[in-house]
Amino acid sequence: MKWTKKDLLDLESLNREEISMVLDTARSFREILDRPVKKVPILRGKTVVNMFFEPSTRTSASFDMAAKRLMADTVNISPKTSAVQKGETLLDTARNLEAMKIDLVVIRHMSSGAPHFLASRIKSGVINAGDGQHAHPTQGLLDMFTMREKRGQLEGLNVLIVGDVTHSRVARSNIHGLIKMGARVSVCGPSTLIPMGIQELGVKVYYDLDKALAEADVVNVLRLQLERQKKGLLPSLREYSQLFCVTEDRLKKAKPGITIMHPGPMNRGVEIEPAVADGASSVILDQVTNGVAVRMAVLYLLSGGEGSLSEAIKKEA
Amino acid sequence: MKELKIQKAEGRIIIKNGRVIDPANKRDEVTDVVIRDGKIESIGKVGDPDPKAQVIDATGLIITPGLFDMHVHFREPGREDEETIETGSRAAAAGGFTGVACMPNTTPVVENQGIVQLVKSRQTAYCGIYPVGAVTKGLECQELAEMGDMFHAGAVAVSDDGKPVTNSNLMRRALDYCRMFDIPVISHCEDTFLSADGAMNEGALATRLGLRGIPNAAESSMAYRDAQLAALTGGRLHIAHVSCAETVDVVRQAKRRGIKITAETCPHYFTLTEEAVKGYNEMTRVNPPLRGKADVQAILEGLKDGTIDCIVTDHAPHSHEEKEVEFDQAPTGMIGLETSLGLCWTHLVETGVLTPSQLVEKMSLNPRNILKIGNSKLEIGKTADLTVFDPKAKWTVEPEEFFSKSRNTPFKGFNLTGKTVMTVLDGNIIK
Repeated sequence: MKWTKKDLLDLESLNREEISMVLDTARSFREILDRPVKKVPILRGKTVVNMFFEPSTRTSASFDMAAKRLMADTVNISPKTSAVQKGETLLDTARNLEAMKIDLVVIRHMSSGAPHFLASRIKSGVINAGDGQHAHPTQGLLDMFTMREKRGQLEGLNVLIVGDVTHSRVARSNIHGLIKMGARVSVCGPSTLIPMGIQELGVKVYYDLDKALAEADVVNVLRLQLERQKKGLLPSLREYSQLFCVTEDRLKKAKPGITIMHPGPMNRGVEIEPAVADGASSVILDQVTNGVAVRMAVLYLLSGGEGSLSEAIKKEA
Repeated sequence: MKELKIQKAEGRIIIKNGRVIDPANKRDEVTDVVIRDGKIESIGKVGDPDPKAQVIDATGLIITPGLFDMHVHFREPGREDEETIETGSRAAAAGGFTGVACMPNTTPVVENQGIVQLVKSRQTAYCGIYPVGAVTKGLECQELAEMGDMFHAGAVAVSDDGKPVTNSNLMRRALDYCRMFDIPVISHCEDTFLSADGAMNEGALATRLGLRGIPNAAESSMAYRDAQLAALTGGRLHIAHVSCAETVDVVRQAKRRGIKITAETCPHYFTLTEEAVKGYNEMTRVNPPLRGKADVQAILEGLKDGTIDCIVTDHAPHSHEEKEVEFDQAPTGMIGLETSLGLCWTHLVETGVLTPSQLVEKMSLNPRNILKIGNSKLEIGKTADLTVFDPKAKWTVEPEEFFSKSRNTPFKGFNLTGKTVMTVLDGNIIK
């Protein structure tokens, strides 16, 4: 099978084979990260521009590192230091960078659909690194990669997503990806943070965390943005954590061997108890490591990489 | 580039063999209309035509009282880069309209008699310009604008369109005050706490696209409030751009109770659903947003049973630069003057929702009556104000060919049936 898409915009537009292809490719790259010299010259001569219009530590570092591991050149643009401050539009910024002969654009943007907007107007491949509350496909992929790594397969796996689903692009990408791969997905959170019509995506909705946890093999805990309380979506963070914080106590009633995930950044004590975040069931830091491998795979596939991957990764820089 | 030509009204012009649809006179027949020196001389078969007369063969065409759009934004003064009263008037004429009511959300706002006079002074021979004045100064919902002065200067209604009058007490006073001039208060119904920073219709699709949703209740709850205030004051209320089923219900019930309420909708609310937003097509971003299938069905029923009196375009020009941005950053609104008639004919008449005569009621008779514009029916001796269109003409929407200065339409490439052939305004032929 050959990768045919110019862009990676969301998981809704990928089919099962394409998702498997990214995950399989990522497995090859994952191994490189344990080498003493963590570089392969696969994307030498390619240029990747990282445009982050929203603050990000994990994702921007992960993309930058993934590109550097493959020996691509990277340029990082952030709104504070770019001409966006001078009123330049997103499209103009991208077109100007493209005029410098680049290959891929990685974009994080607060507007849902911004990567789609860009992808239909520039020639370079566009990778969505998170758009508004719409999609975060590489997070979805790295979550699935981690689940597959820890639980063997995705088919039939019971995955529970807990928290602010309404504002979460991570939740949406998890839902689309996991359902395509045959997992069963449930969401649980306060009714004000579960968006209208979410059932139509094929998920089960719970408002009682204990009931929701009973069937789960994997729990993906979402970050609760602290300003939700001010916007009148929640009475208080205290009450939120009473009802929805994933705690050791609650997990005692869950299935043994349950896997705990979190896309970060965490609000310890709000949505997840520190003991759970740092406990034996937690794979949160594995997610971060795997994120680099998954992004290497995405960069590789979107750069037109194919065929001799097994040969290519043998070479060291 | 196409051009619109104006032929001066001189001598006798016979528009022959057209289907004359004049709902106020209950007329729907194939006959001849004779115009002499700009005035209607006769309606009826001309046996032996005056050899000096100009004869226009209207076989297969429909002749109606001039179409009137009671909800447009012509951006002058302030944003002449997007539309001027002149370019908007040409677009109106090309779309079959002989008159339009211009909303006051310009820069400066049409909030006193001087600006009403300015807008009127820009009128061209292409189309009648009827200003709507603001309800509140600066559209800021703090103090009432000088509605009496504006009425006397020529404002045909008042509205804060683009924004709701959020303060219920001010809305009450506006409805009460306007009773003195017997002009309607046109309400842009939107509870902005509910619509908040929404970018499209609320529901499963918004969830999927990750766009913030605007529930129907944001519109219908304020429509209900305003209907109650109209009942309380006895003022005339007109609900702008009805987009959803619940608002249709509110208007229907209020009419049953005898409240002085009228309502309008726009072609995009019965020809498109929220599905058009897929792919983040910024041309489909409009306020109120495109709704679901059930809403479209309710709008069609409301048009059919008379709950919705008028079809307007809410013609809202935006520059390419401002519209071609991320979906939730794009300004709301679309242009509509040059697609309205084709959309209505194709989606209302050809589908059997409305008879041709009912369509003319909603695009000419009712808006003219609501705003007391005149020329709502064909009368011997009156200045000719007509629209002539070909109900069989098939065409494809090409925004590049529009007379409007702006191109922001979601209907690009749509195949429509029904196109304007000419309009007659003050007896002049425009085509």
